[in-house]
Amino acid sequence: MFGWEFPPHILGGLGTASYGLTQGMWQCGDMDITFVIPKPYGDEDRSFANIIGASQVPVAWRDPSRDYVEQRIGRVMDPDLYYRLRDHIYADFNYMRTNDLGCIEFSGRYPDNLLEEINNYSIMAGVIARTIDFDIIHSHDWLTYPAGIHAKQVTGKPLVIHVHATDYDRSRGNVNPTVFNIERDGMINADHIITVSNLTRQTVIDKYGIDPAKVTTVHNAVVPLSQDLLDIEVEKPKDKIVTFLGRITMQKGPEYFVEAAARVLKNKPRGVRFVMAGSGDMLEQMIDLASRRGISDRFHFPGFQKGRQVYEMLKASDVYIMPSVSEPFGISPLEAMQMGVPSIISKQSGCAEILDHVIKTDYWDIDAMADAINSIISNPALYNTLREEGLAEVNSITWDKAGKKVIDIYNKVLNNR
Amino acid sequence: MKAIDLNFEIHQPFRLKRYRFFDIGNDHYYYDDFLNDDIVTRLVHESYIPAAESLLRMIEESKGAFRCSFNISGIAIEQFEIYAPEFIDLLKKLAATGCVEFTATPYASSLSSFFDPSDFRSQVKVQCDKLHTLLGVKPTVLRNTQLIYSDDLAPQILDMGFKGCITEGAKHILGWKSPNYVYSAASAPKLKLLLNNAKLADDIASRFSDTSWDAFPLTADKYIDWIASTPAEEQIVTICLNLEAFGAMQPASSGIFQFLEALPRFAADRGIEFWTPSMAVSKLKPVAELSVVHPISAADEARDTSAWLGNQLQREAAEKLYEAGERVRLAEDRRLKQDWWYLQAADHFYYMSTKHFGADGSAFSPYETPYQAFTNYMNVLSDFLVRVDEQFPSSVDNEELNALLTTIRNQEREIVTLTRERDSLSKSLEQYNIEHLLRQQPKDEPEAPASKPARKACRPKSAKK
Repeated sequence: MFGWEFPPHILGGLGTASYGLTQGMWQCGDMDITFVIPKPYGDEDRSFANIIGASQVPVAWRDPSRDYVEQRIGRVMDPDLYYRLRDHIYADFNYMRTNDLGCIEFSGRYPDNLLEEINNYSIMAGVIARTIDFDIIHSHDWLTYPAGIHAKQVTGKPLVIHVHATDYDRSRGNVNPTVFNIERDGMINADHIITVSNLTRQTVIDKYGIDPAKVTTVHNAVVPLSQDLLDIEVEKPKDKIVTFLGRITMQKGPEYFVEAAARVLKNKPRGVRFVMAGSGDMLEQMIDLASRRGISDRFHFPGFQKGRQVYEMLKASDVYIMPSVSEPFGISPLEAMQMGVPSIISKQSGCAEILDHVIKTDYWDIDAMADAINSIISNPALYNTLREEGLAEVNSITWDKAGKKVIDIYNKVLNNR
Repeated sequence: MKAIDLNFEIHQPFRLKRYRFFDIGNDHYYYDDFLNDDIVTRLVHESYIPAAESLLRMIEESKGAFRCSFNISGIAIEQFEIYAPEFIDLLKKLAATGCVEFTATPYASSLSSFFDPSDFRSQVKVQCDKLHTLLGVKPTVLRNTQLIYSDDLAPQILDMGFKGCITEGAKHILGWKSPNYVYSAASAPKLKLLLNNAKLADDIASRFSDTSWDAFPLTADKYIDWIASTPAEEQIVTICLNLEAFGAMQPASSGIFQFLEALPRFAADRGIEFWTPSMAVSKLKPVAELSVVHPISAADEARDTSAWLGNQLQREAAEKLYEAGERVRLAEDRRLKQDWWYLQAADHFYYMSTKHFGADGSAFSPYETPYQAFTNYMNVLSDFLVRVDEQFPSSVDNEELNALLTTIRNQEREIVTLTRERDSLSKSLEQYNIEHLLRQQPKDEPEAPASKPARKACRPKSAKK
């Protein structure tokens, strides 16, 4: 598997989903999984997958001593594997910027030279494909499609790509042509395409012109939260808290949340506060909008939250809202439900396809959203029902079921050859 | 000898319009007229009218041997009056044949029998009055909303003057017993119970056009045969059907109307009669007492009340609604009373059921999810409660309010009695003055004009001022 993020060092939902799926497939048994990520930190959970860091894969011949390798990268890679990989360098990449081990350094994030990093990742994939023995290639999201294609060309093994998002979702239709081409190239070369929702499946079929027969939806799931997180204690403020958590970008529809908040506050000026946690290119615009609506005293922007803070914030919330304009899946409401927070989601998000015990509205329908917020905070019966039923529902959405579906797809692809 | 007792239910709630919480306090009209018009008109033409015409033909052709009964909620009649008066004419024709009986039911097809016995009584009464004015009939058998019944209700039903009650032949109550008898209520032995034969009812209402059913296709011959082959002692088969089963749930193209019209002929061949509920109740003796500790109904597999009051949302909504009952009764505002009944329709609670996610039951709901149904209903209810509150502020508790209102009402009566007392006193004073004068005047002038002493009598009064 080629991925870009892996917990605990994650930047978005991609890492969580890749992790969950891999674990779910491993639970189904009889499978060796190698997971390639750009830059491991050494604290990843390696119990169910062999993790290889792209930053430790040599592409140019160096001859370091075993001790040196052990000392340099022993924390994240077995030196034997380094030497095995070194034996499969397939061209001279000395012209590239390599380090003392002949490896390319990856940031593992989303830097400005992302396209260059994607290309380097694909070069590195050629070495791995020649070294490791495997039956099938699985690429997570567009960043790793070129690597997957490369591995397929080298070995002739089938390629499955996993579409966690498309550029149409990220840009509300104004696609970046370079990204579009990388995505489409991946889809065309793939033997099968897995999408995280029917919504995304439809985008792949309609916008990228892909044969529906080779696109299958496998909905994401959630990893059960640790007891430690569930037991988080926070001081509950007196007012009811309505929370938005996520990147403050066009895709997430933050302005609709501000407008809905304004409607709620107009009729109920007391006893409720709104929180928009996260960062993004629309943050300032939203602060501006909140003050123009005259609700800044009850609308708060605490900034980007990470790790434990996220769960503390959820624990303190009474309502979670995700008004995304276009969300391929959207794992965050499921996490909120795990923490027992009733959720309001837009019908334009993929997770709406599998959730019953949430309130669904159109992302543009700020009246409905305001109504739903008001209803949850003023009716304890609704709050409790959504909380309890939601918890039961989300606990039944497990990764092993998703993993089983992916394995079925693998079998189908392998048998069709 | 056997008899079939057919009871057709007709009910339509006033569905609520999309009502946002910003409307609370601003907009006091709650109903989606367009949707209600649309649904009622469609059903009337697709189902109610053709079915009623079939029944009329059956009565004519059998020369009155075919009988059946109808159970129509008051709010359904109101909607027919607004949207489809032609159906009312048909109902009048059916009533005029004398072969069609009408059963009593709560006016708004509500759950008031659980929450508010006095409102239950008045809803049934208003319903009976409505039937009487409209169709000239007097119901003697009661069929509660969705066949709801329990031991607690029986004494009240009997007390309201009904001889019988139709309810569900729920398996968990009957056990090995058959629904095809008349039973008596355990808590009020004088009340007779007729039990719906759910299997035979579902054969028509839900399975008629199901091609995967082993008895498909269902013919009138076969159906009557099933009834005829029940043990000879089982004398009465009660079949409660939603009239929508004909033409709407089972489309006309399935042959459901032909099936219905063929029933009397095959029944006559086998010596089976058609009775109305009141005939069954008066002709047959109960075979045993039936005790129903927990309420039963016709809904779902469970045949209990969980379809309306199964989850927290439903209970909360119902409690909030019925809490207002006492105040609504105290109020004089007619629109308030009307809305209170419209909001009681059990359907509103059914829409909030979380049991039906993705199942057939949700098909009846005008909402996408139970949560939407709840939110909308609670918004409407909030506005309604605001209006109740405007009449009687909630800071005054019910008993205090009652006392105050009694004083106000009695005040009038008191004024009347006091005035009367004053009048009689002033009259006796007059009388006294006359007598006094008469005693003073000589006896040869007994017929002195009465006006003179009267004037005198007035004098001391004005002098007092």
